[in-house]
Amino acid sequence: MVNPSIGQNVQVGVTNQEAAIQKRLNEILHSYKGSQDELIPILQQVQQVFGYLPELAMKKLAKFLKLPESTVFGVGTFYAQFKLLPTGRNIIRVCRGTACHVRGSAQILAEIGKQLGISAGETTPDLEYSLETIACFGSCALAPVVVANNKVHGRMTVTKVGEIFNKEAQ
Amino acid sequence: MNAIPATNVRENGTASIKLTINGKEVVAKKGATVLEAALNAGIYIPTLCYDPDLKPYGGCRLCVVEIEGMRGLVSSCTTPVTNGMVVYTETPKVNQSRRITMELITVNHHGDCLVCAKNQDCELLKVARYLGMEQNHVDRLRKNTQVFPVDDSHPAFIRDLNKCILCAKCVRACHEIVCHDAIDIAFRGNSAKVATFGDKPIAESICKSCGECVVRCPTGALVPKWEKTPTQEVKTICPYCGVGCSIYLGVRDNKIVSVRGDSESPVNRGTLCVKGRWGYDFVSHTERLTTPLIRIPGVPRDAGQNMKTHDVFREAGWDEAIELVAKRLRDFVSNGVGVIASAKCTNEENYVMQKFARAVLATNNVDHCARLCHAPTVAGLVQSFGSGAMTNSINDIGDAACILAIGTNTTENHPVLGYRIARAVNNGGKLIVANPYEIELCRFASIWLQHSPGTDVALLMGMMRVIVDEGLLDSAFIRERCENFDAFGESLKDFDLDFVERITKVPQSKIVEAARMFATNSPAAILYAMGITQHSHGTDNVLATANLAMLTGNVGKPSTGVNPLRGQNNVQGACDMGALPNVYPGYQAVNDSAIQKKFEAAWGCSLSPSPGLTLVDMIEAAYCKDLKALYVIGENPVLSDADAHHVRGALAKLEFLVVQDIFLSETAKFADVVLPAASFAEKDGTFTNTERRVQRIRKAIEPIGDSKPDWWIICQVAQRLGAKGFDYTHPFTIMEEIRNLTPSYGGISYQRLENGGLQWPCPTDGHLGTPILHTNIFVRGRGRFAPLKYIPPGEMPDEDYPLILTTGRSLYHFHTGTMTRKVDVLNVLKPDGVLEINPGDAEQLGITEGDKVKVSSRRGEVTTRARITEALPPGVVFMTFHFAESSANILTNPELDPISKIPEFKVAAVRVEKI
Repeated sequence: MVNPSIGQNVQVGVTNQEAAIQKRLNEILHSYKGSQDELIPILQQVQQVFGYLPELAMKKLAKFLKLPESTVFGVGTFYAQFKLLPTGRNIIRVCRGTACHVRGSAQILAEIGKQLGISAGETTPDLEYSLETIACFGSCALAPVVVANNKVHGRMTVTKVGEIFNKEAQ
Repeated sequence: MNAIPATNVRENGTASIKLTINGKEVVAKKGATVLEAALNAGIYIPTLCYDPDLKPYGGCRLCVVEIEGMRGLVSSCTTPVTNGMVVYTETPKVNQSRRITMELITVNHHGDCLVCAKNQDCELLKVARYLGMEQNHVDRLRKNTQVFPVDDSHPAFIRDLNKCILCAKCVRACHEIVCHDAIDIAFRGNSAKVATFGDKPIAESICKSCGECVVRCPTGALVPKWEKTPTQEVKTICPYCGVGCSIYLGVRDNKIVSVRGDSESPVNRGTLCVKGRWGYDFVSHTERLTTPLIRIPGVPRDAGQNMKTHDVFREAGWDEAIELVAKRLRDFVSNGVGVIASAKCTNEENYVMQKFARAVLATNNVDHCARLCHAPTVAGLVQSFGSGAMTNSINDIGDAACILAIGTNTTENHPVLGYRIARAVNNGGKLIVANPYEIELCRFASIWLQHSPGTDVALLMGMMRVIVDEGLLDSAFIRERCENFDAFGESLKDFDLDFVERITKVPQSKIVEAARMFATNSPAAILYAMGITQHSHGTDNVLATANLAMLTGNVGKPSTGVNPLRGQNNVQGACDMGALPNVYPGYQAVNDSAIQKKFEAAWGCSLSPSPGLTLVDMIEAAYCKDLKALYVIGENPVLSDADAHHVRGALAKLEFLVVQDIFLSETAKFADVVLPAASFAEKDGTFTNTERRVQRIRKAIEPIGDSKPDWWIICQVAQRLGAKGFDYTHPFTIMEEIRNLTPSYGGISYQRLENGGLQWPCPTDGHLGTPILHTNIFVRGRGRFAPLKYIPPGEMPDEDYPLILTTGRSLYHFHTGTMTRKVDVLNVLKPDGVLEINPGDAEQLGITEGDKVKVSSRRGEVTTRARITEALPPGVVFMTFHFAESSANILTNPELDPISKIPEFKVAAVRVEKI
């Protein structure tokens, strides 16, 4: 009918990404009834599948549960387990508890940040790494502690920081 | 210093509870909270999150008290009173706790009170003054508080979260009162704040700008941008839709500077919508007509649209203009003249207009825009029930167990009534929405029936077929109160569900589910608007709704009925006042000789017994030059009537056209004489809202420029034509004449209206008005079932015009935009019209969001921009008719409903092309 133009291709591209989110979300919603008390389990599964809570997914699941979008956003931002932005494939957590602090975790955090080029709470542009802090990991005997993808690196020093990335890269 | 800050208190319950507060015996109503009991007894308890309209929240922790037998401190706003309760509100423990709480609240509140717009009205300031705080405590705590950017995105109010104390009144008002759910508390702990979805600026959210949050904010976190402190307030009625919200206009220096909802009103209970809250700039707009205008000789009628006003008209004095109008009209008396009255004017003015047409111009050619919205309602409901008005009241809709909202986008077009529907659902009621468009109410609906435009009869008859087949009908009601059921039952046979599904495109299972839901949840109410009426079979649609209500016994009881939602502020009143070609005031037929004699005696003249032309017929007659002179008051047929090119052609052929309006509307530009009228804020009178409630409007400011009230202008012209009985001194004297001649208004006087509105019929002085019609007996005796057939719309899509265009209205604009498009706030929120189209259709046509498109029908074409939305089904496109530059009515089909003569605005075949 009308020849596709460049602008249209862009539009189609966006739609494809949205369609992909929609498709994966539908797969998730398939196993739910649509009752409002399913909100948190659904959000958890969305977080697990996408690595964050995409805005489109929150809107669609609000409609699915007949909940206001603002309520879904309120719940999604209340719990620390949910992220609003995509997180990296690898998550580096630096413990900032008291024991780790006195054994130099601030310097370790700074060094990791320097190597990745990001600050705590941020993700590298290539979505490879996210850097977070935690209040206390509970392994004070190993202080200072860095946890990379659920693997604990104890008695960390500034010079040993590179090892974390080497191991993750393998 | 004020001893006790004033606080509104909720009144509920009946039985009395006795308790002791601070050693004083106090009586409270059952269900009241300790806080309410104390405030009612004149005992002050500080609070920041209590609001009588909202559910108890217990958020601010300032209202804590000690109660004997209860552990610790309890929040009085969430604790119900019990007999024998002993409460202390001012112990050292209580006061220490409150002071610490107050210091913690204050820590997050940044700002300088002297330059804050809230200033002395600030609740936080009042409580702080009452409790006292320590500077060093606050300073110490303040170190780590967040600073938020001020959200200045909304044209009407500022959102400064640095002053927010998280009382959540705004969030609760948004959820509980207006049910928009645009905001909620998001994030956690120190970062917690009120946020829209995605924490975006409020203007980019789904906020509907009703301002209920702004009026409830206790601090300066939400403040209007333009409001000033008024020097006086005048109680009147909102000039927009037919809901008829009661408002207080704040006036200062002959200007409207503030508006607030009237919390005592049973109609709106203090709430307003975006137009009612912020839509008053038009009153003092620089483009208001301030002096009569006379067309410069030689300027062609249809040349005025794009020319400068002073090239088309010259200014004139009232005497000259009235003389000219009288002189020219004299030639057309009883010979090809018509009057188009106005649903925006008062009852008194409409009464005078139709009297002027009938008694002075000697014609029954008088009509108004009800022809274009609810003529089928009047025709259909009179046939079924005997009265063409809404059967029930706005106030009892909220108690319905089931609501069927068909052909009404209530939250957009009757927003304050929309709040009621959403609240009914939140309180456990069922809602069935039938609409081709996925309207906002679908979010609340138990069932949404997305039927094809123009298939309402099939859908409703299909539902009724299920109800009859499954034996869910109310046989006793039908037997005792109705007639003609057998013929109706026979006609149901055509509507087997296979047929209905094929026509309506609604799955059978949904129709069955909806039918069962409506028939088994009692009381059930039907609400409808122009989605039912604006069809070439609009009267059939209305009859179908009446059939459904009678079939299930839902007439004459609270929270039931057939409830047509009238569009304009006084369209009900304009009909009541006989601004119709076939009836005098109170629907008394012009061809009834006894009625004719009554009016001849009252008006001292002879009157025509033959019904006149309808609005649509008048335009047609003008086109054929059978109608030569037209007097248009406060209407804009160039934009509002179907097939606008034809209307323009007709106006151009008139020999004489007078337009009386507050602005130089598109229609006024065709006129020979333009007479400047006063707006609703500049005159006294009455409006009758959609639920038949007659309410007083009051003069708040002096007329702008040399404009005059419409009743005054008509009377001047009538007197100049030598007529008697047009020497009224005030609308009050007109109302006295109305009540003498109109049985249903017999008991309605200005004196009685001082105490609030009255719902007609109100025949005598002692009568309290009629909230529900047809309670014991239908107005016509028995309710009459109507057998119906499915008739397709007049114009269906074909190869040349493959899409169905359906038209409607936007929340932010009103009718042809004469008023709302002069309001800055509304123009920012909704600057222009768009063509809404389904993503599938858009892709096929190569159209992307925001593309310029040409929309054409057999009548004409318009250009506008595309908005892609999943709210529409494939094959259907949507436009609003507010915008002159993309006037949807250039495209619409003028095919008429044979009974009520309404054009088919809701279905036209169109073609859409990208340009």
